[in-house]
Amino acid sequence: MPKDGGIGTSPKRREDVRFLSGTGRYTDDINLHGQAYAVFVRSDVAHGRLNGIDTEAAADMPGVIRIFTARDFEGCGGVPCGWQITSRDGNVMQEPKHPILAEGKVRHVGDPIAVVVAETLAQARDAAEAVMPDIEDLPAIVDMKAALADDAPKVHDELSSNLCYDWGFVEENREAVDRAIKEAAHVTTLELVNNRMIANPMEPRVAVGDYAAHSDESTLYTTSQNPHVIRLLMGAFVLNIPEHKLRVVAPDVGGGFGTKIFHYAEEAFCTFAAKQLRRPVKWTSTRSEAFMSDAHGRDHVTKIELALDEDNNFTALRTDTHANMGAYLSTFAPSVPTWLHGTLMAGNYKTPLVYVNVKAVFTNTVPVDAYRGAGRPEATYQLERIVDKAARELGVDPIALRRQNFITEFPYQTPVAVQYDTGDYHATMDKLLDIADHAGFEARAEESRKKGKLRGFGISHYIEACGIAPSNLVGQLGARAGLYESATVRVNATGSISVMTGSHSHGQGHETTFAQVIAEMIGIDADQVDIVHGDTARTPMGMGTYGSRSIAVGGSAMVRAAEKVINKAKKIAAHLMEASEGDIELKDGQFTVAGTDKSVAWGDVTLAAYVPHNYPLEEIEPGLEETAFYDPANFTYPSGGYGCEVEVDSETGLVEVVGFAAADDFGNVINPMIVEGQVHGGLAQGIGQALWENCAYDADGQLLSASYMDYAMPRSTDLPMFKVDHSCVTPCTHNPLGVKGCGEAGAIGSPPAVVNAVLDALNRGGIAVDHIDMPLSPARVWAAMQGAGANLGAAQPAARSEDTAGGRSVGTP
Amino acid sequence: MYDFDFERPTTIQDAVEALKAEEAIAFSGGQTLMPTMKQRLAMPSKVVSLTAIDEMKGVRLDGTSLWIGGATTHATVKRELAESYPAMSSLAGRIGDPSVRSRGTIGGSVANNDPSACYPAGTLASKGVIVTDRREIPADEFFQGMFMTALEEGEIVTAVKMQVPERAHYAKFIQPASRFPLTAVYVAKFDDGVRVAVTGASEMGVFRWTEAEEALSSGFDAGAIDGLATPDGADMISDLHGSGDYRAHLVKVMTKRAVAAA
Amino acid sequence: MIKIEMTVNGRPVSGEVEGRTLLVDFIRQTLLLTGTHVGCDTTQCGACTIHLDGEPVKSCSVLAAECAGARITTIEGMANADGSLSSMQQAFQDYHGLQCGFCTPGMVMAATALLEENPTPSEAEIRHHLEGNICRCTGYHNIVKAVQAASGQDVTPVAAE
Repeated sequence: MPKDGGIGTSPKRREDVRFLSGTGRYTDDINLHGQAYAVFVRSDVAHGRLNGIDTEAAADMPGVIRIFTARDFEGCGGVPCGWQITSRDGNVMQEPKHPILAEGKVRHVGDPIAVVVAETLAQARDAAEAVMPDIEDLPAIVDMKAALADDAPKVHDELSSNLCYDWGFVEENREAVDRAIKEAAHVTTLELVNNRMIANPMEPRVAVGDYAAHSDESTLYTTSQNPHVIRLLMGAFVLNIPEHKLRVVAPDVGGGFGTKIFHYAEEAFCTFAAKQLRRPVKWTSTRSEAFMSDAHGRDHVTKIELALDEDNNFTALRTDTHANMGAYLSTFAPSVPTWLHGTLMAGNYKTPLVYVNVKAVFTNTVPVDAYRGAGRPEATYQLERIVDKAARELGVDPIALRRQNFITEFPYQTPVAVQYDTGDYHATMDKLLDIADHAGFEARAEESRKKGKLRGFGISHYIEACGIAPSNLVGQLGARAGLYESATVRVNATGSISVMTGSHSHGQGHETTFAQVIAEMIGIDADQVDIVHGDTARTPMGMGTYGSRSIAVGGSAMVRAAEKVINKAKKIAAHLMEASEGDIELKDGQFTVAGTDKSVAWGDVTLAAYVPHNYPLEEIEPGLEETAFYDPANFTYPSGGYGCEVEVDSETGLVEVVGFAAADDFGNVINPMIVEGQVHGGLAQGIGQALWENCAYDADGQLLSASYMDYAMPRSTDLPMFKVDHSCVTPCTHNPLGVKGCGEAGAIGSPPAVVNAVLDALNRGGIAVDHIDMPLSPARVWAAMQGAGANLGAAQPAARSEDTAGGRSVGTP
Repeated sequence: MYDFDFERPTTIQDAVEALKAEEAIAFSGGQTLMPTMKQRLAMPSKVVSLTAIDEMKGVRLDGTSLWIGGATTHATVKRELAESYPAMSSLAGRIGDPSVRSRGTIGGSVANNDPSACYPAGTLASKGVIVTDRREIPADEFFQGMFMTALEEGEIVTAVKMQVPERAHYAKFIQPASRFPLTAVYVAKFDDGVRVAVTGASEMGVFRWTEAEEALSSGFDAGAIDGLATPDGADMISDLHGSGDYRAHLVKVMTKRAVAAA
Repeated sequence: MIKIEMTVNGRPVSGEVEGRTLLVDFIRQTLLLTGTHVGCDTTQCGACTIHLDGEPVKSCSVLAAECAGARITTIEGMANADGSLSSMQQAFQDYHGLQCGFCTPGMVMAATALLEENPTPSEAEIRHHLEGNICRCTGYHNIVKAVQAASGQDVTPVAAE
């Protein structure tokens, strides 16, 4: 077995050839015979009573097949939520119905009201414009804090208020935390906004529904990160289609970043309409539509307090967060500000007492759910900002303050439920300072000064919980699903292998990395291994790809299935070589008998399995195919040190990222090339959040950043070459590959590093600014610099305490 | 988009004829118009493409007098003026991106007069004259506010004439999403004075900052701007990307930078 | 309907289009060349970039009817005559310049056009040229390296920095 294809090497990605030659098959490339086209009529107001829908004129337009409204979905369920949170008072969260098409009210700009299905897309668009909804405007609520006022307009009339839940964690620690903060030698306080983001995978969402009358089977082709989850949610909860009559296919998917996890109304619609109309129905989102129908991310407003003793040891941490749910609960929305956020509030630090309060709030905005990192970036941002602010207040080095409080002994039981298995935070910090050339910073700062620029260096040291997740644990925490993963390893007679995985690749390169693992385990060429994913008809029940779980959970399932295959193959080999099974070894594709020169090739054993002439039929069955379901024992805990170097133009406030270094501990690495690529992409998104990206609404609930004209995507000219390293390795102790996952780290660790760097630059330049809310656009940085005398900093009033204008990502400059 | 009839005449005369139809619009590259039409914000009965009219293409220089055909793409202007008028070449080479530059045209840009477009500033500062199928209009009279021009119904911009200044520079500060100018300033120094044209900033579209022009005409030095009052932020665009005060501040900063780099 | 003829990837093609038919829709839906993608509706993302008479254009912002008689190249026409990947395509694979693959065709078309105009671009020139092609996966790092490599410039190998 050549070592250029196994674990730890970087073979070229096999999937690239089709993507580079234009032969990839994305959902919008699928055109079924006789397909009709669906166009959604969406609300252009944030909140209104839907008194009726006049479809008469539209129905008479050329090519129109049928117009659907909520009435057509009587008897169907709403879009379900997959996680239930229990409030501090013991009540379960308020969970409003999320209809496929608006019933009685519209609750956000983009809320679907009706759907036109027509012969051509152009005809459907023309007719959609002629559908006339009768909407009586209601006052919209977009500000989270205002939404919780007694007299606030209610997003859902049937709920008692706009509060979805009020969650405390760990409730038992609450009083002790309060006391510790009261008694602390120093308390640092910060209020901040984690700005609302739009994931923006470059492929907009698409759904194609198909129905086979002869077998009563429905098929949905969709841009999903987890086709089985869609099949379960849509089949069981929305359309009442038994799973054996429903197939969901997610072919090549052009990026996900979380927003393609969720089950969406458009998927259910196309599946439903195809059966009603007895012909395939296709919907392709435009980008403008995506801005108001894809679940958004983040949008937290937090007050955080860090208590320190007289020796600068962290003694307690208290946070109070408002988390925007939007108008309805998206699939995993309730879990993001709670279990994916509160459990990470210890960070890398041995703070003994932590208390987290989260109020989830309904507003007249697009639903908010997981976006790359989901909850963990919010936790990291708070922690790594408050530690930096504490260091500045205390006049100590922010790196030293971090090091002093690092956890150094593992396993480590945090005060927020999770137990870290491994890590070495000093090692990643050392590596970061090395690759970032921290020692040379002062000289570079001097060069910048000569150019009239302010240079700053910002650091962040993150931890995340990946490899989601132990099913029994998440069940206790409110998950309505298990979070195992599955794999079938099917060995063909001639020895080639098909692996059917429940993981799904939408850019991560599983077809290459998963094959590397199997090739290494058996000692055959990776070309002999095919990875099949994204089709419920071809793969065992799987939970899909998100939360950096593919290699840690999906890879582990595959290893377990391959181990079963190898064990059985050894039995066959032992029979063929008339040896004891215990003496059989498999290496480089050869079975050998220890202590002898006997051997039999992999292909001979696999052939024997399917042509069982000389075969122990009385002991084992013919064939060589095994399935495994892997349920992780714990989360995995990647961690790392990130350093950002910026130059700030003091005349304009423009921030240029001139250097970015990331030293990660991902445990063992399968394909370094792909891991580095994942970090690069995460960094771009995290830097994007810190400096440019902002989903903003006005006070009436109109989406201001509704296209790429106003939502700033990071461009090639905005970013530097990155320095990334993953040579610090503390393998995960509880999964077979010792892997931790790498998909989200870049987006988690980078925003606070960027913000810390900008503040460092300003403060070094003699401009005392404590904080600026993301994104640090030139206008905001400049405004903060003008307000430096008042030492307020924030150009966005959102996080200023009692300021009710601020409970959300306000769209003011 | 709504459907429409399409014509692609090869002479100005035929184009003018084609544009006489009710609700007909001229289309000169379409890099701004196309997104507008896709959003169904325009409903033309007929689209008349000007991109096949050879007499509207090309760049000609006679001394310091410059003639640019209305249907000349940004890419061509960038290439053709690289030696003879580098500031304008640089402006053209920074509009949008290469794909936009290979379709978008100077005629389309000035006729549309987007308040954040680049060419209106360059044209205004370079003593531009807009040539149409029926007359010539000085740039000072042509640009009449956000998306407003002196063009009459069916009138086509066939060329843009400019004077090449002694020194010039276009200082552009981009809006990070659209990459259009958040504020950009074109400074052109002629032997009889200095012109300073500002785009992206004002509610009234492109404008000349006359105080700066006067200050610079008596001494072409960035320091001359320092003493000037910042323009009134109340007249400036205020949006997600910057307040009026911020834009007003940028007008001053970009003017200084343009002068320093000219 | 308007009847149009053009040359696409070296082959003469014809079809009937409405005035409003976009070039990208003609390419994807009439010619069934689905390698050209649509990622936005405001002429910004560049996923639909093709070559029109040798110049890069965003095919979502060109009317099909305007392209009568034109010579068009799409990603499907980029491979070498023997079917192997072009040097630019190969560099994208070698340097991991793509992840989900959705922006990739437009990115390859834009990058190829750059090298025709500027055979050895600097990093800054590459970044400037690709400003109108948005990638959400790679952070552009490896795309820039791929273009440098395709232009024959020395770059550090992947996963060795």
